[in-house]
Amino acid sequence: MSSRLATGGRRIDRSKRLSFSFNGTKLTGFEGDTLASALLANGQDLVGRSFKYHRPRGIVAAGAEEPNALVALGQGDRMEPNQRATITELFDGLSARSQNHWPSLQFDIGAINARLSRFLPAGFYYKTFMQPRAAWKHLFEPVIRKSAGLGPAPTQGDPDRYEYFYAHTDVLVAGGGIAGLAAARAAAEAGARVLLVEQDSRFGGRSATDGVVIDGTDAEAWVAEQVAALSAMPNVDLRLRTMAAGVYDHGYVTLYERAGDRDPGAAPVRHRLWRVRAGRTVTATGAIERPISFAGNDRPGVMLASAVRDYIDLYAVSPGDRTVVVTATDDGYRTALAVRDAGLDVPAVLDTRPDPKGPLVDAVRARGIRVEAGRGIAKVRGTRRVTGVDICAQAGEGAVIEHVPCECVAMAGGWSPVVHLWSHCGGKLLWDETAHHFRPDPDRPPTGADGQGFAVTAGTASGPMDTGAALADAVEAGHRAAKALGHDKGAPRIPQADGTADGPPAAVWMMPHGAGPELRGKAFLDFQNDVKVSDVQLAAQEGYQSVEHTKRYTTLGMATDQGKLSNINGLAILSDSLGAPIPEVGTTTFRPPYTPISLGAVAGEARGSLFKPVRRTPIHDWHADAGAVWEPVGDWRRPYCYPKDEESHRDAVNREITATRSGVGLLDASTLGKIIVSGPDAAAFLDLTYTNMMSSLKVGRCRYGLMCTENGFLFDDGVVVRLSEDSFLCHTTSGGSDRVHAWMEEWLQTEWWDLKVWTSNVTEQFGQIAIVGPKARSVLERLGGMDLSAEALPFMAMAEGTLGGIGVRIFRISFSGELSYEIAVPAGRARALWDMLLAEGAADGITPYGTEALHVMRAEKGYIMIGDETDGTVIPQDLNLGWAVSKKKSDFIGKRAMERSALTDPDRKQLVGLETEDPALVLPDGAHAVSGQTNRFGQQETLGHVTSTYWSPTLNRSIAMALVSGGSRRMGETLDFSLEDGRIAKARVVDPVFLDKDGERQNV
Amino acid sequence: MKKYSVFSLAREALRYHSGWERAWASPDPKAEYDTIIVGAGGHGLATAYYLAKEHGITNVAVLEKGWLGGGNTGRNTTIIRSNYLQPESAAIYEKARGLYEGLSQELNFNIMFSPRGVMMLCQTQHELRAMQRTAHANRLAGIETEMVSPERVKEIVPIIEIDGPRFPVLGGLWQPRGGTARHDAVAWGYARGASARGVDIIQQCAVTGIDRDASGVTGVQTTRGPIRCKKLCIVVAGSSGVLADMAGFRLPVESVALQALVSEPVKPCMDCVVMANTVHGYMSQSDKGEMVIGGGADGFNNYTQRGSFQHLEETVRALIETFPMISRLKMLRHWGGIVDMTGDRSPIIGQTPVPGIFINCGWGTGGFKAIPGSGWATAEMLAKGTPGTLAAPFSLDRFTEGRMIDESVAAAVAH
Repeated sequence: MSSRLATGGRRIDRSKRLSFSFNGTKLTGFEGDTLASALLANGQDLVGRSFKYHRPRGIVAAGAEEPNALVALGQGDRMEPNQRATITELFDGLSARSQNHWPSLQFDIGAINARLSRFLPAGFYYKTFMQPRAAWKHLFEPVIRKSAGLGPAPTQGDPDRYEYFYAHTDVLVAGGGIAGLAAARAAAEAGARVLLVEQDSRFGGRSATDGVVIDGTDAEAWVAEQVAALSAMPNVDLRLRTMAAGVYDHGYVTLYERAGDRDPGAAPVRHRLWRVRAGRTVTATGAIERPISFAGNDRPGVMLASAVRDYIDLYAVSPGDRTVVVTATDDGYRTALAVRDAGLDVPAVLDTRPDPKGPLVDAVRARGIRVEAGRGIAKVRGTRRVTGVDICAQAGEGAVIEHVPCECVAMAGGWSPVVHLWSHCGGKLLWDETAHHFRPDPDRPPTGADGQGFAVTAGTASGPMDTGAALADAVEAGHRAAKALGHDKGAPRIPQADGTADGPPAAVWMMPHGAGPELRGKAFLDFQNDVKVSDVQLAAQEGYQSVEHTKRYTTLGMATDQGKLSNINGLAILSDSLGAPIPEVGTTTFRPPYTPISLGAVAGEARGSLFKPVRRTPIHDWHADAGAVWEPVGDWRRPYCYPKDEESHRDAVNREITATRSGVGLLDASTLGKIIVSGPDAAAFLDLTYTNMMSSLKVGRCRYGLMCTENGFLFDDGVVVRLSEDSFLCHTTSGGSDRVHAWMEEWLQTEWWDLKVWTSNVTEQFGQIAIVGPKARSVLERLGGMDLSAEALPFMAMAEGTLGGIGVRIFRISFSGELSYEIAVPAGRARALWDMLLAEGAADGITPYGTEALHVMRAEKGYIMIGDETDGTVIPQDLNLGWAVSKKKSDFIGKRAMERSALTDPDRKQLVGLETEDPALVLPDGAHAVSGQTNRFGQQETLGHVTSTYWSPTLNRSIAMALVSGGSRRMGETLDFSLEDGRIAKARVVDPVFLDKDGERQNV
Repeated sequence: MKKYSVFSLAREALRYHSGWERAWASPDPKAEYDTIIVGAGGHGLATAYYLAKEHGITNVAVLEKGWLGGGNTGRNTTIIRSNYLQPESAAIYEKARGLYEGLSQELNFNIMFSPRGVMMLCQTQHELRAMQRTAHANRLAGIETEMVSPERVKEIVPIIEIDGPRFPVLGGLWQPRGGTARHDAVAWGYARGASARGVDIIQQCAVTGIDRDASGVTGVQTTRGPIRCKKLCIVVAGSSGVLADMAGFRLPVESVALQALVSEPVKPCMDCVVMANTVHGYMSQSDKGEMVIGGGADGFNNYTQRGSFQHLEETVRALIETFPMISRLKMLRHWGGIVDMTGDRSPIIGQTPVPGIFINCGWGTGGFKAIPGSGWATAEMLAKGTPGTLAAPFSLDRFTEGRMIDESVAAAVAH
């Protein structure tokens, strides 16, 4: 059992005791502990269950690569599943629960899967659960889903805040170990601006634990000195608890800062997502130790050798009284020394190499520790934790030479550089035949827009595991990064590390080398997903030979650690199975983020009211006070109607329409898009973008214009006003202003860059109020200030002046068929004008109306609505708007497309009006007319569909518009519309203009 | 082909699974084939499978530059639905969905088709009307969908926020027999089925040139040497433009990266697929427990197959508004696939200007759901030399004729 040692612990402060709970049990730890170290200190070896077989899992690592120790952290709306205990800093009151077991961690029913593991090899689910067909959905899948899934799903919204930071820097250094510090210093001293980030809560990485001595001082002091020096430099910014998450094109890097995780509920911000533009990114991300594949290597108590010495040195945690070290490297001997120095026993160091030698080996031997050369582990004994190991010859098949009791096994399989950041954006890797790892190929870095590499590796992340070489590499990397950006003050000094380099490691991919199927079936590669050596071999045998196939077939490397421990071992096994060299097999793709980051951080502050903020018209508050029912339109909210008291929405709409048509109504039309198009070529430009001729429009006049795509399909409409010879005001639909503006700019910037035209979206600069109805003119005249007679301001004309003392621009245009004025006013004066109009019109019963009344009134007049009568497949001619398509212009967007055969087909769907036989029946939205036949696909043949359908209070009957095949030839025909329940509603095809065909109401 | 079953699994377990044979053969290319299919993704493999199964044509090679199923087949969010608006689309996607229902049994490979339902949310009045139109169209096309109330949406998807402050849920278009499948398994299952029927699947074999004479195609140049053929079918999604260029014609497609991500796995919390088009995002939960999230495509053309960040934040924001509980989940990985977008967001299946060369492309952001139907229709076309009923509307010349099959009204965003 693991426990706390009486002395030591570089990181913990024994004077500050913290209490926390695990699975409801109260435990204590110290300030400086991680949750993992505190759990180990409390003897909690078993921390979770694996994904597939629900095998008992203990802590295996001490850092971000941990695959096993995943806990549900926190409670209620602050619960976070799958948090790695190894990177969770302990705080007072922390509450954690283990995952993926039922009913308890100790006794898990799901562990039956482990008993059946022989029947559940890689991909077994592709070969079974197929009969009977319905059983997959109803039986097998629910069971599989339930037994998978790791942590519990949160059930509530997240009360915490997240934010974005933006930074521009010359050199971003990812990793604050000795290499990162050295690289940062070299870059900073050259004069570059430097941002150094470290995912851990301390700088210095492994250096202190590994006993590194630099420039004659111990690592801890050297690191402190570097941090102090860097902190004092104005061009350097240092950040702890900040991980470089992803590297993207053009040197764009995301950082993930866990700012408030130690202070849940109290911290102002939980996570920060940094978005950095860096001239160069130095990846000083260090290396990760590889486990060794032997039977039972997944048992709690089997740990990475480096983690064992981390827990001893940093947290004064004994991993158990007796630790067997199994190693393919000299580095494993450091663990043996650390264990012995802590006063614990090392029954044996099992070195797979036939002839281990060197200073570390000598030191271990000198301490009287037994070193067994050419040996390995045949099998680990113990179920819920290690009780001992069976020793065998590494070269053999696993015959047991000796049983050695122990509580901990420390695996030292060699070190692999962390190459993720380098690889995210296309940096390539080399296979190092000596160190047996992939390392970045400096000749094939990720490249930026200039074709130059924008990433530089530093330290062990480059490949060299020896401190001296790593430091030299790091200084050179920092210097090179700065120099590439024009900062150079000569070659920097390289700090000198004491000691000699370790000897070469052995490549041990399977222990023992000749292990049979029994042992291979218990030797785990991916601890979380339960992928064993035998699984990878099975994948190769079955033809899943690409490393990506193997990964996907076995789930190797698909766990939450994304293969940080398993990938190299797995692909070495694959390469062996295929008889192909490792570099030929290659790696799977490294995808961001480096370790998982919260979705909250990805979303940032844009949530709730900041998620797509509502655009408000200057009259918004009045609508709210008046009890408007809102309808989202684009990013706006518009009043749908203004129900009074207990009035239904429908009654309110009918009242608003009747009041408008018989008296006067008022509409907030401020959401209409308004784009100023000006310049000497403005008229020519609009002739190209609209289907109409706009150049012939006279100053002060308005024209209804249509815009089509290159394919000839109508996508926006609105009234264009010529303000002066070279400036136009183009109205767009409410939802379309941004799109139309972008569309104009795209054509101007990419196709017609020779035109002298400027566009400006002034939608929000103006309020716009439509006053509509037979009494509209008299209300305005009472306000005074402008001559609004039919002679002075005829239909489709514009006038500027003052109305009731407010400067306005009045357009006499109508979307309802009534006498109507749209009054544009500077946004700041819109509410005043609205109030004035309401007051002045009170005597006439002036009635504000919403979007639904607007829609009904336009439908009564047969006016189209973009998005209802159009759907991206409709050309103006389909809507009887051929008159708005100029035949005189040599070109406009969509002109050529309209000449294509399908667009001139007389059987195209065309807009018609519909009158149901039963005048009370309002056809459903989108209902289809059916012919009673089936089409070539065996579907019911349709003739067309309803595009707009309303109850018309004016006509006291239902009205509808539809797009019907050959519609203009069908006037007077009765069509069958299929209702949802299969019944047929009959409707007669009529002219879509239901009301006032001659326009007498507006022509006054 | 050795049959997969629980019995064979048990038998093999007793001998440490030493008897399993290769799922598909890995032959060297022959000098000539009747038909060469370029691209061993889902569509290409399904085409080969149905060519062999339905038409008895087996002198066929499927050439793949990388590993089979490694393009969009292995990168998509695995949604299967057929609730399309236009009759032509409804026909081919429903054919596909129908084939998916029995595919595990047909292929004797569990592709885990899970008809758990697809919910398309309506969050504006406009979207509600558009979905109502789609529901009517679906009913008449024989596709089972229904409009459901916000309350019913909440019942089916308990983790959803229907009263969100910005875009409350006004209803949903529910296709109960839509769902998801295991994407890799679809490719593997078709590969195994095609291989067992005699089709040669040749991986690591990139086509570098297309040979033609006055009468049409004669073969291809590859990284494994020249191969002659009588018919050539290009089924390479994002690389379609590149292959078309080799053949000497141009395509009305643009290749862009579509972004996707998964969260870390959690216990089951959502059974069906939810698509929120107004806010742009869709999500389902895989059998592993990961929340599988898709969103928009990059706004620029490229071939990099990499994840980029700018769309993710919008997608994730949209989904946190829709499912507030996902905020504390963590993004495990994100990636991109190169999708080939046509102007009307519908595919191209048909002949090309070069006699003997056929093409199947343009599935854009929604190809996975179509794989069986697409393969079936393409095989029919290759066998007969001319497109059948399902494929005919999707011919290349529809763009010159203006005969668009526009689905953007039904799915304003990525499928």
